[in-house]
Amino acid sequence: MTKKTTLSDRLWYLFLAAALVLPFIPGGIGNSFHGHVLTMVLLYAAMAQAWNIISGYCGQTSFGHAVFFGIGAYGAAMAVVQFNTLPWYGAPVGAVVAAVTSVLISAPCFKLKGHYFAIATFAIVEIFSRLFMIWDWVGGAIGLDYPILDDGWRNFSWSSDKNGYYLGALALFTLIFGVVRWIESHRMGYYFRAVREGQETAESLGVHSTAVKLSAMALSAGLTALCGAFFAQYNYRVDPPMVMSLDISMKFLLITILGGLGTFWGPLLGAAVLIPLQEYTRAYLSHLGSGVDLIIFGIIIILTMIKQPMGIMGIIRGVTRRTSTVPAKEGDA
Amino acid sequence: MDNFLQVLLDGVLNGLVYALVAAGLSLIWGVMDVINFAHGEFLMVGMYVSYWLGFILKIDPLFSWVAAGLFLFILGAVTYKIIIRNSLGKSGMAPLLATFGLSMVLKNFCMNRFTPNFRLLSGTILEGKTLSFGGAIISVPQLVTALFALVVLSLLYWMLKKTRLGWAIQATAMDKEAAELMGIKTENIFLLVFGIGGACVGITGGLMTSYLAVYPEVGGLFSLIAFVVVALGGFGSIPGALLAALLIGLVESFSGFYIAAVVKYVAVFAVYLAVILLRPRGLFGW
Repeated sequence: MTKKTTLSDRLWYLFLAAALVLPFIPGGIGNSFHGHVLTMVLLYAAMAQAWNIISGYCGQTSFGHAVFFGIGAYGAAMAVVQFNTLPWYGAPVGAVVAAVTSVLISAPCFKLKGHYFAIATFAIVEIFSRLFMIWDWVGGAIGLDYPILDDGWRNFSWSSDKNGYYLGALALFTLIFGVVRWIESHRMGYYFRAVREGQETAESLGVHSTAVKLSAMALSAGLTALCGAFFAQYNYRVDPPMVMSLDISMKFLLITILGGLGTFWGPLLGAAVLIPLQEYTRAYLSHLGSGVDLIIFGIIIILTMIKQPMGIMGIIRGVTRRTSTVPAKEGDA
Repeated sequence: MDNFLQVLLDGVLNGLVYALVAAGLSLIWGVMDVINFAHGEFLMVGMYVSYWLGFILKIDPLFSWVAAGLFLFILGAVTYKIIIRNSLGKSGMAPLLATFGLSMVLKNFCMNRFTPNFRLLSGTILEGKTLSFGGAIISVPQLVTALFALVVLSLLYWMLKKTRLGWAIQATAMDKEAAELMGIKTENIFLLVFGIGGACVGITGGLMTSYLAVYPEVGGLFSLIAFVVVALGGFGSIPGALLAALLIGLVESFSGFYIAAVVKYVAVFAVYLAVILLRPRGLFGW
């Protein structure tokens, strides 16, 4: 990669500028429903991008990310509810614990291949969520409810004007997308992709594949935990099904794969389509009874997998390939 | 000692039922290398078929399992035609995620139509019947389901090992292209395998309504256990699935009784992880 600014760079800075200006426009975010939806888009895009590091760039499909997300959520909630201190202390602790946990879990599991790895990570999610269900110190099955706190950045809590949450989600989004942007253009990113494309080949060229996979996993888990901490603050409570279930793990996959696995823009595109779809159908189709939003969600997933398993980035590449004479390369985005 | 026998019998009966739930999944996985994520929801649909037949037409689960099996055979075949065939081979995760989408559709459709309420058939032939065996009490509906599991698994095993169809299925599992060159229509084999996989879980669901309540999320835990059983048994191995299911059933009942009921599934998944890390291809995998 050269220092020349690419189209992707320009889009990235333009997007950040637009997203940053939005809450300062009247009616931009405030306490509106679309403000909530945009905050969720940024959060889920950030989560999906964190998952994309290990699963997209490094090729190790993890179904276990709910564990790291949950640890992060409990980190923030425990700091506030049990220790009466600030979530700012709980979040980094959660991130470190998640990263360490991810390494301890992954070191033995990485030797499993294909579906065996996938099912092992399912089992780990079940073990963790069931242990949290019976662990009284972290609230057991009831979970942890936040007390009423003063609004503001100190408590990372806002009750009426939700601009703070939006900006927090944007900061998280910028951090995680920034990390991936940096990785993409540096040595680490080449290591990740080398391991994905062929572990044996990568090793023969002197890449220590286990160390590469474990560092990708730790980075991914730590960043995922920060998203979990945000989620706890935003919802003002945590319980195991909410932050540590297989459904949460599947969200990471679905968003990234709908957008485009292993691409920089994929997680944002996936979140920008799925999250508003889910939130608006839940809000506006509720008269049709429960579950309609998830039925539509399911149908979209089925159609995507049948028609274009490379996701939205696959569609975009298909279009640009047809209109330009320069062939798009794998990994460019 | 009485407790021990009771716990042992509970474990074995549960294990046999798990084996039948897992058999279809194992077959599909072994032949096509596809995880059917909607497997638990297939079970749930089978249970609803038998529940509604029992509730509206007063057909006992002892008979309505036939209808549930047939319905799920068709659902499995349609799933193959529409979803699996079109996502197979495109990318590793495509069939898994497509069937996950299907599981969301099925679960939420039932949630929407039938409400999340638990529904238990009453007035069935076997309702409340028990046998006493050396001081231990056995629920007859569960015993019947477990015996069915043995019969269906034996038939499945016989079909795979002794019939021309079974040889064709095995050939397709080993090498699809070579099988095609030998004149096997692998497309039809895949369709049939998905149908049989559906039928197995449909029969199980149909029988289970005689002692279990049906609700839209009933498939969740069963499908997880089925995944674990299949991975533990080694993919595609019916005897492997049977032994793994018995192991899982026993771990569940013994840890539930001798440690605490709340940790039984933690123990199940922990034992699974321990075994799979020692034998990464399962107990009987290739």
